[in-house]
Amino acid sequence: MTYDQARWTDGEERYEPLLSEKRSREVERDADDPLPEDLTRDSLELPDASEPELARHYTRLSEMNYGVESGPFPLGSCTMKYNPSFTEDVAADPAGHVHPDRSDESVQGVLELQHRLQDWLGRIGGMDAVTLQPPAGAAGEFTGILVTKAYHESRNDERSEVIVPESAHGTNFASAAMAGYDVVSLPSGDDGRVDLEALAAALSEETAALMLTNPNTLGLFERDIERVAEMVHDVGGLLYYDGANLNALLGRARPGDMGFDVMHYNVHKTFATPHGGGGPGAGPVGVVDELAEFLPDPHVRAVDDEGEPVPDADDAARFRTYTPERSVGKVHGYAGNWLVLMKAYAYIARLGDPGLADASAKAVLNANYLASKVDYEVPFGPLHHEFVASAGEQDAADAAKRMLDYGVHPPTTKWPEIVSEALMTEPTEVESRRTLDQLAAAFNAVGDEDDETLERAPERTAARRIDQVRAAREPRLSWHELDE
Amino acid sequence: MSFEVPEDCRYLETHEWVRPADGRVGITDFAQDELGDVVFVELPGEGETLEGEAEFGVIESIKAVSDLYAPLSGTVATVNERLIDEPELVNEDPFGEGWMLEFDAVVEDDLEGLLSHEAYRDQIE
Repeated sequence: MTYDQARWTDGEERYEPLLSEKRSREVERDADDPLPEDLTRDSLELPDASEPELARHYTRLSEMNYGVESGPFPLGSCTMKYNPSFTEDVAADPAGHVHPDRSDESVQGVLELQHRLQDWLGRIGGMDAVTLQPPAGAAGEFTGILVTKAYHESRNDERSEVIVPESAHGTNFASAAMAGYDVVSLPSGDDGRVDLEALAAALSEETAALMLTNPNTLGLFERDIERVAEMVHDVGGLLYYDGANLNALLGRARPGDMGFDVMHYNVHKTFATPHGGGGPGAGPVGVVDELAEFLPDPHVRAVDDEGEPVPDADDAARFRTYTPERSVGKVHGYAGNWLVLMKAYAYIARLGDPGLADASAKAVLNANYLASKVDYEVPFGPLHHEFVASAGEQDAADAAKRMLDYGVHPPTTKWPEIVSEALMTEPTEVESRRTLDQLAAAFNAVGDEDDETLERAPERTAARRIDQVRAAREPRLSWHELDE
Repeated sequence: MSFEVPEDCRYLETHEWVRPADGRVGITDFAQDELGDVVFVELPGEGETLEGEAEFGVIESIKAVSDLYAPLSGTVATVNERLIDEPELVNEDPFGEGWMLEFDAVVEDDLEGLLSHEAYRDQIE
């Protein structure tokens, strides 16, 4: 494949101008406007574009962007898979757009969907109870750690430490620290997995939890997970599962069965809800029975005719929101970002058990196929849903910039640090063999190029090399600053 | 690649240096190379008391954010205010213009636990 990205500029330096730069119009305040004087302006300069101008403006911007709808996006650990658009249609159904202050009685359908999603996620993760409230994966982590803390405190067992492997996602360290714990960093063993001796040395009566993801960041399954769980439980700690890599296990293995006590689900990675962009997002949290009473408020449960809780939605007379007995409180409003969760619901419902198991099989197959086709060394294996190649003598960041010239998004670079010049690659289950072959061809073409070519890259994209240092040293964080 | 490891400094395993002659503290040539372009340095206030091997500040590069550890206990006499606008000095001259803070006094006995220049060179090579 060859690639040349559209590049709309007015001369050499400036890209497609802002709408306000094209044409704007001064809008006067209405004389009979009832708003208070001290809260209003007399006039305002607003962009004034015709509809075709507007359509072309945004089309041009999208032509100068690269997304998962442009081509493969194997950003490792981020799971940038394509989200099927039917989930958007489901979330756009007006029946789901209910005011959060409506009475339980008047929104039984919504509560039933929420309850079923809690149940499905619980079944998928091997957890006994699930909250949908946290508004993002990292918020889910923080919630999980708050629940952990509340659990220890309820037993008058103050603990001060959370153990996190050094290859973990940065959010793990941050969540533990935000909850007031000291973070103990755990070095990886020579095989890239948890080093049981190092773990034994790190564990103590102060250990509130060990946070792990499995398979880990290198795509390796933690084979000693049952032993790890036993060791953590022996000192009275809890085992936390970071759902970042659940795609590799979906429908085949469950964190709950491995001995994990708390987990969060990255619905944007595993169940095709939109990624980031400032939200709204969702990061449900699952827990074992013993921790259910600490979940955020409110939670949805099924009840019988007498109002007594029943475990199965099929036996329910009604659905009710309630405050778990020793709830950690609210981590977001109401049921969280419900319309995001509805997309996850739709995705799970459409795929069903066989579809989910098929997704994890393809995620693992695709990563292994691509790893076998890539000439760069892949030092650790056997692999699950992602792999970490080494750019060797090349600078991984330069190699990544060059990959853009071949019309593919590059992998995550220079992390985890256990592999030098890391190219952390996760093709996800959505890519076809043909696309994987294109990706491998891009990797291998770049692998053969000299440093000079890499340092010049990218040359075929709308934006060329970004001055990262200047951007960090002189940040412009508001459009107001563009004029300065 | 060979890194500068001046003989008149003592070192921490975490790549900070202290120069007993003037009480100045900074990070090593090896550390600035590993970090890449430094974009921000957060330093303590003058007159603050630091504890040996405890965090005294934060350094941010385009690659990573790292804690800075004090080689010694002591009181901060001055900090290098130039780093606020010119964090690149840490890259350009880690043992000179890129210094971070100056202790008001260095007690000879406190240096004992620190690495010599030979020991630090062994660690990074």
